[in-house]
Amino acid sequence: MEAEPVPPIPNQPTAEAVITVEGLVKRYRGAAANAVDGVSFDVAPGEFFALLGPNGAGKTTTISVLTTTLLPTSGSVLVAGHDVARDAAAVRRAAGIIFQSPSLDLNLTAEENVRFHAVLYGLAPMRPTFALMPAGYKARVHELAEVLGIREAVFHPVRTFSGGMKRKLEILRSLIHRPRILFLDEPTTGLDPSSRRSLWQYLETVRQDGGTTMVLTTHYLEEAEKADRICIITHGRVVSLGTPARVKADLVQNYLLVDAADRAALKAELSRSGMAFSGDGPLRLDTPAADVHRVLRAIETPLHLVQTHTPTLEDAYLEIVERPAAPDGAGPPAPLPAGGESEAAA
Amino acid sequence: MTEVHAAAAIAYRDVLKFLRDRARIVGTFVFPIVFVVILGQSFNTGADFGYDYRTFVFLGVLGQTLFQSSALGMISLIEDRENDFSQAIFVAPISRYTIVLGKIGGEGIVALVQGLFILAFGLLIRVPLDWPQLLAMLPAAVAICLFGGAFGLLVMANLGGQRAANQVFPFLMLPQFFLAGVFNPIANLGPVLSIASAAAPMRYAVDLLRGLYYAGRPEHAQVVLLPVAWNLAVIAVVGTALLLAGTAMFVRRERNR
Repeated sequence: MEAEPVPPIPNQPTAEAVITVEGLVKRYRGAAANAVDGVSFDVAPGEFFALLGPNGAGKTTTISVLTTTLLPTSGSVLVAGHDVARDAAAVRRAAGIIFQSPSLDLNLTAEENVRFHAVLYGLAPMRPTFALMPAGYKARVHELAEVLGIREAVFHPVRTFSGGMKRKLEILRSLIHRPRILFLDEPTTGLDPSSRRSLWQYLETVRQDGGTTMVLTTHYLEEAEKADRICIITHGRVVSLGTPARVKADLVQNYLLVDAADRAALKAELSRSGMAFSGDGPLRLDTPAADVHRVLRAIETPLHLVQTHTPTLEDAYLEIVERPAAPDGAGPPAPLPAGGESEAAA
Repeated sequence: MTEVHAAAAIAYRDVLKFLRDRARIVGTFVFPIVFVVILGQSFNTGADFGYDYRTFVFLGVLGQTLFQSSALGMISLIEDRENDFSQAIFVAPISRYTIVLGKIGGEGIVALVQGLFILAFGLLIRVPLDWPQLLAMLPAAVAICLFGGAFGLLVMANLGGQRAANQVFPFLMLPQFFLAGVFNPIANLGPVLSIASAAAPMRYAVDLLRGLYYAGRPEHAQVVLLPVAWNLAVIAVVGTALLLAGTAMFVRRERNR
């Protein structure tokens, strides 16, 4: 009797979702396979939603479609109630984006970069100097620069900034038009631990103060675990979606390995008593941790091996993302258990 | 109104970048002087053209600089893409046409600054210039810059990177120096070269400036190829076609990868 793989969790759209993605497919010109292959999820207002996956999983492609820089090949994507393909301008007004690679003009000062952005978003008219800009704009720049700790540097050329300061400047720029949704595409790439921590502290403040919806792509599990919900993508497909606890429950399967000198008798007993098992060597029983004692008490055949396996979420995640892609149309790869174990020889 | 301010911001950024790039400033001012003084003299065989050859070359280099600088400036579209700055522009709630017009406007202003420098240089070497001529050439210079920008846009929209741009642009520009008659008279070319010359956009930019400069002068018939109105019509029609096609290709390339 074989243990059945855990099926992927389907998307369950919420009525008031601020982002709705249904069956999104993106295939780049000339590519042999889809970069994003039927992804569906939704994001509620004010939610912190994380797209987690390895490099090349399709996270940045997904976020590029959501932010209107790429057209989808097929599927439906609504952001703030607007279709990304048909009403891109409305989507852009509602969104702020921090890109994976810095998108600042190093020839300009920090303030000039922000001013450029503010004018493009219609917040202020174009003026050649900061002094000529409207008072509201100047106050907002000073306020955000103060909060981000770059007040002194805001009129300095960006080329003199450290990586952490550039990231802070990008945050300042992305928030200047008070977006409803903030997309963060691997925002901590290249940052040292101190800058990374300070960035997350500030983003948490932004979220709590402004109720901003945040969509994060990352390949760092510890960053995704801060989110309200996680969507794990690999090979362009969703393999798990839900709260961190739910995803962990999906991905991490505790199991028990047992073996006996008389293995045939053990197999017969397990089959007779309706206990599902797999494997030909040590037999695997997919047993929740709480049931281990009950299962062992129920087995009468003398055992000479008992191992309990309790993989970490990271182990399970690595197992998922390192598996090869399923062939087209075969659906997403099924989650499998993996990883660390504790052992007790009987 | 937002779109106008956005285009102005995009143009202003390109002008700021130019003004802060000393090497580019020196390069863009030195090359026209080299063209007028050294190449102009080299092509002057001492033959009696019936007009002042130095003035002929000066006007050619002025038209060529305005056209070429605007066209080459569109490389900044590719630079922005490669530096990832363009992604910040593409997610802004403005039209792609605004982005393109801002770019052409910015690089056109940079080209006009270069043109002003060449005019100052012309006065220094005693090229005869008067105010009516200068006033007539100013709107023509703006039209030439837009024309050059539209030409550059169409080329850039079809190129993958800066390396390709640096390889393709000399191939497209250098033959036009001669087909447009920047240094050399082209009134009596053979049939094949005449067709090639007619297909060279730079020719209409150079001939427009010469037509305005020599208007009412006895040398006009020897120097100018087409009436001013004809040159303007070609620049308007072809420039608009290049702009529309270039923008459509640019937008499609950026969004429909």
